[in-house]
Formats: sequence, structure tokens, C-alpha cells
Amino acid sequence: MAEKAQAIDAQLEAARPEAEAAAPVTPEPQAVRADMPLLRIEGVAKKFGAFQAVNGVSVDIAASEFFALLGPSGCGKTTLLRMLAGFETPDEGRILLGGKDIAHVLPHERPVNMMFQSYALFPHLNVADNVAFGLRRAGMTRADIFTRVAEMVALVKLEGLEKRKPDQLSGGQRQRVALARALARRPQVLLLDEPLAALDKKLRESTQWELMELQRRLGTTFIIVTHDQEEAMTVAGRIGVMDAGRLEQVATPRELYEAPVSRRIAAFIGDINLFDGQVESREQNRLMIATRDAGVVAVAEPRNPITKTIVSVAIRPEKVKLSRRGPVSEAVNARALNRLEGVVTDVSYLGGLTTYKVKLDSGAVVRSSMANTARIDVDAYAVSQRVVAWFTCDDCLVLEQ
Amino acid sequence: MSARRIFVRPARFSAIAPYIWMLLFFLVPFGFVAKISLSQTAIAQPPYTPVFDLGAGGATLKEAFATLSLDNFRLLVSDNLYVFSYLRSLVVALTATAILLLIGYPIAYGMARLPKPWQAVVMMLVIVPFWTSFLIRIYAWINILQHDGLLNQILLALHLVSQPVVWLSTDTAMYLGIVYSYLPFMILPLYATLAKMEPALEEAASDLGASPLHVFWLVTFPLSLPGVGAGVLLCFIPIVGEFVIPDLLAGSNSLMIGQTLWLEFFTNKDWPVASATAVVLLVLLLAPLLLYERMQRRQLEAR
Repeated sequence: MAEKAQAIDAQLEAARPEAEAAAPVTPEPQAVRADMPLLRIEGVAKKFGAFQAVNGVSVDIAASEFFALLGPSGCGKTTLLRMLAGFETPDEGRILLGGKDIAHVLPHERPVNMMFQSYALFPHLNVADNVAFGLRRAGMTRADIFTRVAEMVALVKLEGLEKRKPDQLSGGQRQRVALARALARRPQVLLLDEPLAALDKKLRESTQWELMELQRRLGTTFIIVTHDQEEAMTVAGRIGVMDAGRLEQVATPRELYEAPVSRRIAAFIGDINLFDGQVESREQNRLMIATRDAGVVAVAEPRNPITKTIVSVAIRPEKVKLSRRGPVSEAVNARALNRLEGVVTDVSYLGGLTTYKVKLDSGAVVRSSMANTARIDVDAYAVSQRVVAWFTCDDCLVLEQ
Repeated sequence: MSARRIFVRPARFSAIAPYIWMLLFFLVPFGFVAKISLSQTAIAQPPYTPVFDLGAGGATLKEAFATLSLDNFRLLVSDNLYVFSYLRSLVVALTATAILLLIGYPIAYGMARLPKPWQAVVMMLVIVPFWTSFLIRIYAWINILQHDGLLNQILLALHLVSQPVVWLSTDTAMYLGIVYSYLPFMILPLYATLAKMEPALEEAASDLGASPLHVFWLVTFPLSLPGVGAGVLLCFIPIVGEFVIPDLLAGSNSLMIGQTLWLEFFTNKDWPVASATAVVLLVLLLAPLLLYERMQRRQLEAR
């Protein structure tokens, strides 16, 4: 496998210099200022009738970055992507690519290519002609096109299928053709609109890894649109979460998961327990928050100063531990400041982990998940067992909105 | 077993239903016409011989069979009148179909790109003329095109011409009538293929660097070819046999085959020659149909 990848790398390197010399497609190395990102989206807004699809979005995307736009359907992520491709023009704002505003440049004149959710392969052309379509439009010579097509077909491992028509291919193969076609012109930015949505789960996962490897190898900037947070977290270096046309947070997957900026994002990314309450007091470097359902909770002082008194305490299920009598050892006891007592109401065994629902004495439900690290688990809890759910003050955070 | 029968029977029937239809309403009547085309004209009722009398016994039938001949077909090839009629029909049909395609394609393309609610409205506008009798609409054209008709009045009022133009009884009027009458048959199949085309295909082409003109020639048009084929056939075949429009709007110095056929049948009362004319016309029209079918089959096989 690794050998094959290396072989393709070698082919790529061998094919590249001449092809680049001949191809007007290859983006001119533009005078990019060092402090300038490859792509700068500046206050972009778009309305469809009365519907505000995209609302004041600004974000910088660096060269060679794998960036994901994540959000529920209708959040404006696809509209934003289509504005980058040129299929929609923004009502407001600028889109700077290499320092040049391309907001009003027509799609066929942009050094940007898109992979469509439906793949949009030309049904009357075979695989090779689909891949060559963009190269022909760029006026490359026949020999160069031939070389580049062979290179692209090898890149997506479709050798031998060049003469097939799209409807003679499987879903996974079509996806690869679409990818090869979009990459053939060596775009500065590759836009991917839900590229894996049509694949089944297993294939989707392996394709995610291949996409990442491809992106690293080519060094092209990838911008992917997806509603699948797991997919976004797997492939992307940074994720922009969109909701109702706004870019709510731009962060690495870890930041997004561990330090979401709002309740909405916390609930959208993964699973979370939320307790509403108000700030009661400060103790040294801790905030004491009186919650309605979980009593007083101690939270380590967050980085941002808390200005509001009405807040939520958020804690991820895997950070909520269960025990029969509460934490025993002194070392644990010192940190485990938050103890909630209740009864197990639900146990779901998911293989890698088991999730528990614990009904607290206040009536609220807390979810806890534990990794099944041993094959025979002596510590499993049963329904209607009385337990203590506990978590440390470092493992929870305060959300203001 | 019994459950299976229940489901198989209607399925079987629906599979042979088209063939029964073909047999009853095409092959049997065509058999009559073909038989008459081999007969001789006679002053009798019906106006041809022989007449097969199934009750008359085998010997008489055999005798009747012996009198059938290909004379009428020989006449068709030897007399220029018929050859020219066929040729004129083909030329008129080809020209009219080409004009129809040139006018119909942009209309269908524009329709398919309208916002959805508007598409329904324009579709109605295309179909609405069918609500008036075809004959009345052609007579309306006569009214518009005649010496002191609407068209000449407008042209005179605009000072585009100094005296009325002769429109009626010209090929121009005939083409106008044909194009007007057949336009919906060209637009509808074209619209159907263009409307169901995935918009992302054109976007993908433009994303890959194709200018709007290239998008059309390299993606939209090739993918609309099935609609073009259907529209062309739907117009070409009936136009070849068209009788009413050339009869009412064109001059009488050269006839289309439909007119010749009518003359043979009703004026000359020569049923056998008229039948032979019809048989040849049918054979001529089978050619484009078979061609279209082969094209479609090849397309299916390519998949």
C-alpha cells in the first residue's frame, strides 16, 4: 500500500514539471503578501428574496489548509461554497483569492474547482473525457492532456476504467472520477460539496482518510462542506461552524469540542450535558455556579471572564464518571468536587463504549459514557442501580449563551 | 402457485395489449390497403377488382389472386408526377422540420430555465392553441394572409411595403402554416429533456472552464439529443403526409404527396393507385423511424 502510494508520488513528480510548463491552467504564482492568507472572505452576505442565506461571514483560509464548513441543512454553508465557486454572487462583501477580489468573476474564469454533491459527471462522456474536460477548455496540448489524465486516473486509483461511461461505474468509482476531474486543472482551491454523502458508511470512512492523504500530498487548499460533524472533525484541520447564515465559531476540531463558544455549538458538536444556573461566588480560581438541577457545581476559572450571571454548565458524557459510592481515593477526592447522586435508567452498549443515563434526585438526566477498555467488565452498572456521577472542575466549562 | 397466477395474468395481458392494438388498428387496415394497391380500378362498387369473396370457394379465390399485380407501383415510379410529389414532400418536411428545430429549441430551452411556477404558465400557452380546431386556425391564417388581410394592413401602415404583398398560395404561407401548427410537437419533447437535465451538469462544465457557448455545445446540446430526435420525428413524419395545410395555403402548381393521394382517391376515384401511393409513403416513413430506433438502441447499449 505504502509502496504504491510512493510509486504514484514518483509518477506525479515525474509528470509535473513538463505539464506545468505547458499548462496555462496552473495558477500563476501570484504576488501573495506574506501576511495575506490564500483566501480571505470578508463580510460576505447573500439574500434569496427575504431569506438571508449568508450573513456577514468573514474568515481567512491559508494555503494548503483543509477547511470544513459544518452546519445543519439550510445554514448557508452550501451558498457560501457556491459563492466561492462563482455560481452565486455575494450581495455584500469581498472574496479575495491571492489578494484579488473574485466575488464577481465568472465561474469559468476562476482558478477554483468544485466537486459536486451529485458528482455531476457528464453522462455522455467516458471517464477519461470527463477528466480531460477542464484540460481541453484550458487549451492544453493533446499530449499534455493525455499525460495529465493518466496521472489523475492513477491518483484516484481508477486505472483500466478510462473508457467506461459514468453509469457503468459504482458510486465509489463515480466519486473518484468527480474528484479526479475537479483536481485535474490543479486549482488553487478545491471546493467539495458534501463529497461523501452518497457513499455508505464503511466506504465513507475509508474515503475520508484517502481525501486527507490526497490533500497532504497535493498541498491544495481543500474546503469541504458537510453536515456530518464526525466527517468534518476527521478530515479538516479547522472547522467553521455555520448556523442561520452566520459563522458561529472557527476552530480546530479539539477546540470546537472542548471549548465551544455557545450552547448551540456545544449541543451540535457531539453530545453534552447542560445545566442552567447562575454564578454564585468565586473561590480562588474556581467559579461556583448554583444550578437548578445539579446543585452547586464548581468550574475551573475559564479563560474568558464571565460577565453574565445566568449561565450554563456544560460537560461531555465521557467526562462524567460513575461509581457506586462516589470517588474514594484521596487524590481523586481532592479533584472530584462535583458529585451528583442518582439512579441508572438506561444502559446502551455500543461496543467501543457504553452510555448510561442517570436520573438525578432532582429529576434531571445526566449522560455518562465509558470506554470498554476490558473485555470482561466487572464495573458495569445495571438499570435501577444507585450511583454517583462525578466530574472534576477542569472537565466542565461555562457557556454564557 | 395460485397467488402467482393472479399476478402473472394481467402482466401478460398488458404485455401483449400493444400488439393487439397494432394488429387491429394498423396491420389489418394496412393489409386491406396493400391488397387494394395490387388490384385494378373498376367502375363498380367497390371501385376495384378483384373482390375476394370468401364464400365463393377455393377455385374462385385462386383466380382472384392471380389477377393481383404490381402495375400500380410501376406507374408510381414511371410517372414524374408521383416522383416529384414524393420529393416535394420530403423537401418540405425537411425544411419545415429544420425551421421548427431552430425556433423550437430556444423556446424550449428558455422554458426549462424559467422559475418553476412560470414553466407551468408558459406550458399552458404552448398547449392553448390545441383548444381551437386545427382547421379554424388555418382558416384564420388565410384571413390574416389574404390581400387585404391583417398582415398586409400592418405592413402598409408601417410603410414597409407600398402595395399589398401576395402571401396566400405561396410556399411562404405554407411553411408559416406548417411551422405554426407543428411547433408544440417540437417544443414539448425538447422541453421534457431539457427540464429534467440536472442543473449541476452545466455548472460543472462552467466550473471546469467552459464558456457559456461551450457549456451549451459540449454538455446541454448533446444531452438533449433524445429530445431533438423525438421532436424531429414527431414533426417530420406527419409533415411528409400533410394534406390540409399545403392544400389551403400553398399554390397548386406543385403538390405534396398527401394532396396527390387525395386527388387519386376522391377526384380520380382510382383507389388502387391511391393505395399504392399510401403504401410507398409508409415504407418511406419507416426508414427514419427505424433509424431513430437503432440510434436509441445503440444509446441504451452504450450504457
